[in-house]
Amino acid sequence: MISPIVLPLTAGLLCFLFSHKTFTIALAAALANLLAVCFLTWQLLVFGPMRCHMGGWQPPLGITLRTDGPALLMLLMTAVTGLAITLYARGYFTYRIADPRHASRHQRQQRYFWPLWMLLLAGLNGLFLSNDIFNLYVTLELIGISAASLAALSGKPVSQLASFRYLMVSLLGSLTYLLGVVFLYKSYGVLDLDILQNITTSGPGMRAALALLSVGLLLKTALFPLHFWLPPAHANALAPVSAILSALVVKGSFFLLFRFWFEVFASIVTTPALSFMGALGAIAIFWGAIQAMRQQRLKLMVAYSTVSQLGYLFIAFPLARVDGDAQVWSIVIFMALAHACAKSAMFMAAGTVFLHLGHDRIKDLSGVRASLPITVFAYGIAAVSLMGLPPSGGFIAKWMLLTSSLVSTQWWWALVIITGSLLASIYVFRVMSRFFVIPEGFAFKKPEPLSPLLEWPALALALLSLLLGLVAPWPLYILATGSTFLAQIFPGGLP
Amino acid sequence: MITTLLYSLTGLILFGMGIFTLFIHSHPLRKILAVNVMSTGVFLILIATAYTPLGQGNIDPVPHAMVLTGIVVSVSVTALALILACRVQETSNLNLLGKKRQGRIPEESSK
Repeated sequence: MISPIVLPLTAGLLCFLFSHKTFTIALAAALANLLAVCFLTWQLLVFGPMRCHMGGWQPPLGITLRTDGPALLMLLMTAVTGLAITLYARGYFTYRIADPRHASRHQRQQRYFWPLWMLLLAGLNGLFLSNDIFNLYVTLELIGISAASLAALSGKPVSQLASFRYLMVSLLGSLTYLLGVVFLYKSYGVLDLDILQNITTSGPGMRAALALLSVGLLLKTALFPLHFWLPPAHANALAPVSAILSALVVKGSFFLLFRFWFEVFASIVTTPALSFMGALGAIAIFWGAIQAMRQQRLKLMVAYSTVSQLGYLFIAFPLARVDGDAQVWSIVIFMALAHACAKSAMFMAAGTVFLHLGHDRIKDLSGVRASLPITVFAYGIAAVSLMGLPPSGGFIAKWMLLTSSLVSTQWWWALVIITGSLLASIYVFRVMSRFFVIPEGFAFKKPEPLSPLLEWPALALALLSLLLGLVAPWPLYILATGSTFLAQIFPGGLP
Repeated sequence: MITTLLYSLTGLILFGMGIFTLFIHSHPLRKILAVNVMSTGVFLILIATAYTPLGQGNIDPVPHAMVLTGIVVSVSVTALALILACRVQETSNLNLLGKKRQGRIPEESSK
């Protein structure tokens, strides 16, 4: 069970040692990670959820790792997206190193990218598996440190400034989280999530602890109004890094937040608090979409679209009380999976367009369709999933959201979801139409052939996000395995 | 009991001061110091929870282990933050206020 943590960690350290074979090491680790996660999934399906006590120490003192449905789906998401990003990053760096003007700078970037990416992967896997509230703090810091250094890699002053702010925000978030952990330890004297879940009692100290934990995690998840750091940090990073940050890193802290609210401390969460989160999510959807429409640069637009899409994850919160926890788990996990695939595909496509044209100003994107058909196709399919058109994964998630908001007679959330999708289609098509417009007198120059590694991973991920809608029962089956409260997951919701 | 309370309150005040400075001041060094003060506050509270009056049982070792881990994390994060702050000042005429720096024009970096 520890292999998804140990493999990338070892690979990251090896990358520092053997600076010439970094790609081989990273690719091997990403593949092995995928295999390990598949094996864990098989184990889950056969034996049910498992616990692993590290070093043989029992829970009140030792650290526990655990696998269950939601954690494994997130691990699978990380492994698959991570593999595609690894391949894409190879193509990206090879292309840039081939440019003789800044070859040495790009070579240096590549040398630092691989170990940092592997450490980030180890941190993410640790976050999804860990069952100890202080160990989770350590993984959060590991993610924060490696993500901030990855964001600074491009070396441009703007991106360094953005990543400094990112680091400060992520530190503030994790220290607030740590204060929450301290409050918990003061009241109960335990750190294990299972034990905490059983002994949680409502009280002011407990509420304060949950509030601190939540604020810390919300800062890292970039929910409106705490999203201010996200667009500059994500948009100014290198393309593979943007994909990693947007698709995986924000999901990590969100997953933790969700687990706290709906599993560990579910007994003390109140309905007004849930509605408050939903309201913030709704504002995030609108604000992110409106900002995305106003952007002049493709990558900034995609980054603001992340702010908007994260809002949908929080809309699910107020729907939980009426409809039961099972529905809300499947909605949120599905939304996270679909968004991870689609958003990383979109950032990869944006990165390829940037490499091809040398800029990403939206108004000058005309005619890209003719020279980069595969990339534009990938962008389009990812956009389908973001807008939530059938049969994409995004559609299934939004459909489940809509039905549960109507069933629970909270129709205003349905209104928000529909308007949000409309706004999403506006900002997506604003770019799409540019791709297809071929201005008069457009000189068709034969483009230099791009490496397949630059175009195909994006397309594969985009197709995956589309196919998620068709194979929806499988992930939901994994999600439901072995958890009693998820047993009645299939009825309703699915179209 | 009173001792624990005293230390915990001091820790909370330090945490609050850190947050205040982090929001109010825009100079990078002050921000980094503010984060350090915040983490010291948290560690102080943690240590205070481990306190047991003399002769009333053993001291709880878990908070000490947590503080040690926290210190390691805090040192490495501070190092990274300092490097980033230096880089921003070196490679650009932006300082961390987001404004143009007054006065001398910074020399072009050799990269």
